[in-house]
Amino acid sequence: MIRSSGLFFRVAVVFLFILHLLNANLGYAETKQTINIAYLTQQQKAPPPLSNMDAFIEDKGVLGAELAIDDNNTTGQFTGQQFVLKKFIVPLDGNVVDAFNKDIGSQYAYVVVNLPADLLNKIADLPAAKQKLLFDAATIDDALRNEQCRNNVTHILPSRAMRADALAQYMMKKRWNKWFLVVGASEEDRLFAEALKRAAKRFGMKIIEEKTWEHTYDARRTAQSDVAVFTQVDDYDVLVVADEQGQFGEYLEYRTWNARPVIGTQGLVATAWHRTHEQWGAVQIQNRFKERAGRWMEEQDYAAYLAVRAIGEAVTRTKSGDLQPVKDYMLSDAFALQGYKGNPLSFRSWDGQLRQPVLLAAPRSLVAVAPIEGFLHPKTELDTLGYDQPESTCKWSK
Amino acid sequence: MNKNALTLFLTIVLTGAAQAETVFVTLEKDNALAVVDPIDGKLIKTVEIGRRPRGIAISPDNKFLYIATSDDNTIRIIDADTLKETGKLPSGEDPETFALNPAGDRLYVSNEDDSQVTVIDIAHKKAVKQIKVGVEPEGITVSPDNLWVASASETTNMVHWIDTKTNAIVENTLVDPRPRALGFTADSQQLWVTSEMAGTLMILDVKTKQIVKTIKFDVQGVTADKIQPVGVVIDKDRKRGYVALGPANRVAVINAQTFEVEKYLLVGQRVWNLAFSPDQKRLYSTNGTSNDISLIDLDAQTVTKSVGVGTYPWGVAVKP
Repeated sequence: MIRSSGLFFRVAVVFLFILHLLNANLGYAETKQTINIAYLTQQQKAPPPLSNMDAFIEDKGVLGAELAIDDNNTTGQFTGQQFVLKKFIVPLDGNVVDAFNKDIGSQYAYVVVNLPADLLNKIADLPAAKQKLLFDAATIDDALRNEQCRNNVTHILPSRAMRADALAQYMMKKRWNKWFLVVGASEEDRLFAEALKRAAKRFGMKIIEEKTWEHTYDARRTAQSDVAVFTQVDDYDVLVVADEQGQFGEYLEYRTWNARPVIGTQGLVATAWHRTHEQWGAVQIQNRFKERAGRWMEEQDYAAYLAVRAIGEAVTRTKSGDLQPVKDYMLSDAFALQGYKGNPLSFRSWDGQLRQPVLLAAPRSLVAVAPIEGFLHPKTELDTLGYDQPESTCKWSK
Repeated sequence: MNKNALTLFLTIVLTGAAQAETVFVTLEKDNALAVVDPIDGKLIKTVEIGRRPRGIAISPDNKFLYIATSDDNTIRIIDADTLKETGKLPSGEDPETFALNPAGDRLYVSNEDDSQVTVIDIAHKKAVKQIKVGVEPEGITVSPDNLWVASASETTNMVHWIDTKTNAIVENTLVDPRPRALGFTADSQQLWVTSEMAGTLMILDVKTKQIVKTIKFDVQGVTADKIQPVGVVIDKDRKRGYVALGPANRVAVINAQTFEVEKYLLVGQRVWNLAFSPDQKRLYSTNGTSNDISLIDLDAQTVTKSVGVGTYPWGVAVKP
């Protein structure tokens, strides 16, 4: 009895060993997995041009997604996984919700969404979106990451709070402690100003004066006379501007009553990506993107690139194309995405925000990368930017 | 007679000293090559070499240096004595890292932007094969038994195992994110791979091509994201391995038998690459942002000196 069971055991081991060899030889390259990714966006109306210098870019985002699909497939050829990107570009007068229901419906588990803030949750709340993971590659709204968060949405771009904190850390390091806050008239500008005020409080900075820009947006008039008058306020170290559309912010520099640096949405800006960035292998992706697109990589391109690469990375590591294991892995501590910014990128488990360094850039020079050295955090210094777990008001009903 | 013997003795001693090894360092931003006497700890001279020199290797007979001048899209062949250029190799675009085979007749180049490895026949100065690999191949090395070329792709996060006979990929091993550099042990049984993003060193078994051990570096007083392992070398007897930790400004000393980290040696800033002295009694590190190299005494396991060489020292090669 003992002998025969021993024999059985040995046979079983040999059998398993052969099975293992077969598996090892065939690898998983034989079993082709196809992972379909949808990219959803809507055509944008070109804003009135501020100057003739920067042309309006219509296809921000999609080219980044395309580059990432190619990168995923280069890896996929060794793992037997194929990634397919299907683009859905809703016309200017089209209905995004209808397009989502009709075209994306039940077919795609992963959707990269390049839509304005007011449309994102309309999509996320659709019944057809429940069994999907959406990658918000456009918004920077803190509300969407806090009280309005959704458990089927991840956010790729740094939020306004992350950007404001990055700027505040730099200003603190430079000891520019007294801020003159200049805010534009739009709702987005008000939101960025809120983020800046939050950052000022967090880092012990003082806003000595806050003014809303109410002058015209005409370069000749505004630049020469209005700015000088407008900036005659109590003494300050730095002018912090919130003008997301770039309607007047560019006029401030060199024209303030006192000689002061400009920082915020113009002057020194906080961004996820910038053409001046070339460290940590960034020059390679800048080149690869430029060769393909014929232009520099913009923030939205970078976001779409990271979204598709995040899917690729999680699919490769889990050897699965299924939503649940991929999503679980992506939101776990094990996930580490290479994003050409030194630190591995990962998602914050409490709000789905991609944790990442924020670049501080002047038009032709990268000035600093936040988190700035010296700002410490018990877990990761990247979480000194934006809403940390205890501050988050996102309540996911998982 | 006695006097003659003394003269002879002195001559031998002095010539011996004068013939001590030479360390060559590529200077990425100076477009130059630094020549260092590591015994005296002195920079001897700096010579112009071409635009953005990075990868460097010396031929097995120590007669030629191969230097990748990235912005010139070529690998230059330099006479190791006269430092005059004797030829160029067709490297493909933007060559950065490459590896020589033990015989010194084949050179394998990573072409980062094209996701391929170019195989060059050195005698004929010809590219004989281009092998498709993962996205952004970087580290590359040939096993001492000349059976394998191992290529690491930074964005695909894989080690590709290329059979040197067929120049084809036989297997791929998924590794930690952004693998940077790799090195075989002298017995060709293990491949050591560093991951810049995860801050780890992975030991791969060459037979199974699997990771058998992962070592996570942890330096007191240095945050995890500063620990970005790059260059790796292992001594002949597989007693110790050394890993350059990038902006952590340390070289990790690893016991190659127990895989324990024995020590972190403080070197210059952003340490990139490492090379042994021919007798393996010393180790040299290029420190990218402090513009110097560190000389490490391996018996004492201490850094003895740093020598200023020029802007952005990158690669290092040693001539006996």
